[in-house]
Amino acid sequence: MGRKIRVLIAKPGLDGHDRGAKIIARALRDAGIEVIYTGLRQTPEMVAEAALQEDVDAVGLSILSGAHMELVPRILNLMRDQGQESVPVLLGGIIPDEDEPRLLQAGVTAVFRPGTSTKVIISAFKNAVEASRNGV
Amino acid sequence: MKLEPESMAEAITSGDRLILSRVLTLIENYDPIGIEVLSLLFQRTGRAHLVGITGAPGTGKSTIVNRIASYLRHVPQEGQLKPPEIAIIAVDPSSPFSGGALLGDRIRMRDLSGDPGIFIRSMASRGALGGLAHTTADVAAVLDAAGYDLIMIETVGAGQAEVEIASTAQTTIVIDAPGLGDDIQAIKAGLMEIADIMVVNKADRPGAKKTLKALRNALMLGHPSKPAKLNQASEDGQPEMWLPPVLSAVATRNEGIEEIVAAIQEHRRYLNHSGLNTVRERERRIAQVEYLLRERLAYEFHARHPAKHFDGVIEKVLAREFSPHQAVQSLMQDA
Repeated sequence: MGRKIRVLIAKPGLDGHDRGAKIIARALRDAGIEVIYTGLRQTPEMVAEAALQEDVDAVGLSILSGAHMELVPRILNLMRDQGQESVPVLLGGIIPDEDEPRLLQAGVTAVFRPGTSTKVIISAFKNAVEASRNGV
Repeated sequence: MKLEPESMAEAITSGDRLILSRVLTLIENYDPIGIEVLSLLFQRTGRAHLVGITGAPGTGKSTIVNRIASYLRHVPQEGQLKPPEIAIIAVDPSSPFSGGALLGDRIRMRDLSGDPGIFIRSMASRGALGGLAHTTADVAAVLDAAGYDLIMIETVGAGQAEVEIASTAQTTIVIDAPGLGDDIQAIKAGLMEIADIMVVNKADRPGAKKTLKALRNALMLGHPSKPAKLNQASEDGQPEMWLPPVLSAVATRNEGIEEIVAAIQEHRRYLNHSGLNTVRERERRIAQVEYLLRERLAYEFHARHPAKHFDGVIEKVLAREFSPHQAVQSLMQDA
């Protein structure tokens, strides 16, 4: 058995729709992953700090409010400042196609939109964690 | 990040939260480097007060932990120049099927985020059945060495027998809520017996008075008939015996928190004054070393003996030739 994977699932920003985040949290749990779920309305500071205290292997963000271009770079910067640059960050939500290249360039590992199967998301998390552990 | 155990131990004592967090992961994973860091830090442990919070699922453990920590961080306490630094270990169950876990205690602790004097760590129980994970005590020891003054350990939602917290924490708080059982539940063995402090949370709900009364009566059954002696000052100003106080609270409305904090402080004074702290510390260490010894012996046994031999004995048990007791006897004879 390999080292357990720990993942933070967070909902930054002000939208109150956490069904997607809960479905992902549950799916990851059923895939043998330890999921730390922090609930609604997290500030970027709260997300970065929780990732640090929990020493997670990856962070999953769910954003449906349209504020991803502000929130995601803030979170990535905070995590970098804390020395967490090697922790992959995956993003899910209502993300317009044209935003994706900039998000990826800012350091997001993957972007998922509504309708993505949980299977795809689980393997994306597992691959991202494996790659970061191997220092790729 | 490649660091020597010595540098990691040093970083932890000088307040590096990232290294602290990463060492806690190593310890959770039984990584030999984590265990080495713990051993380097062990001399610095023993300063923190370890408080366990246990009780049935949904009684409000996380909310109470959140409120106690908030209170201590914001309301100045007598004789303290600065608020205590607080670490919280929140344990939730691992799935017996997938091995995964959903650790959700942080949801109720959002008031605490952004406070640099608070460190919250969620742990999955990883198959342990006593309400904690096998490595919870080691994680607490590292947080102690890191300089946290108070360490609160929240167990998984406990039934009746998840009592391991009592041999890990110095003060154990059992949280109950109205409507969970009659007065016979209150005198059963197990969870109720380990309480140093009892709290009936959600006391604004129907039946709270009855629950409080049932718990108080149950506690009195187990204590000397002269309540005057209990929690009352003797000549030197300290109580001679500890009768667990039964407090009521409505944690969501922040009611009763001050009384819980006062009871924790009172219990700590009692532990130190009565010498019970030393007695319990000895019991705790014996249990810990016994546990590690057992684990190690089993590990060494399997490392030295071919799996084939073990499998052979299991086959005999399956064929009813050996009872499980005879199986162990046979394995030990060949050892």
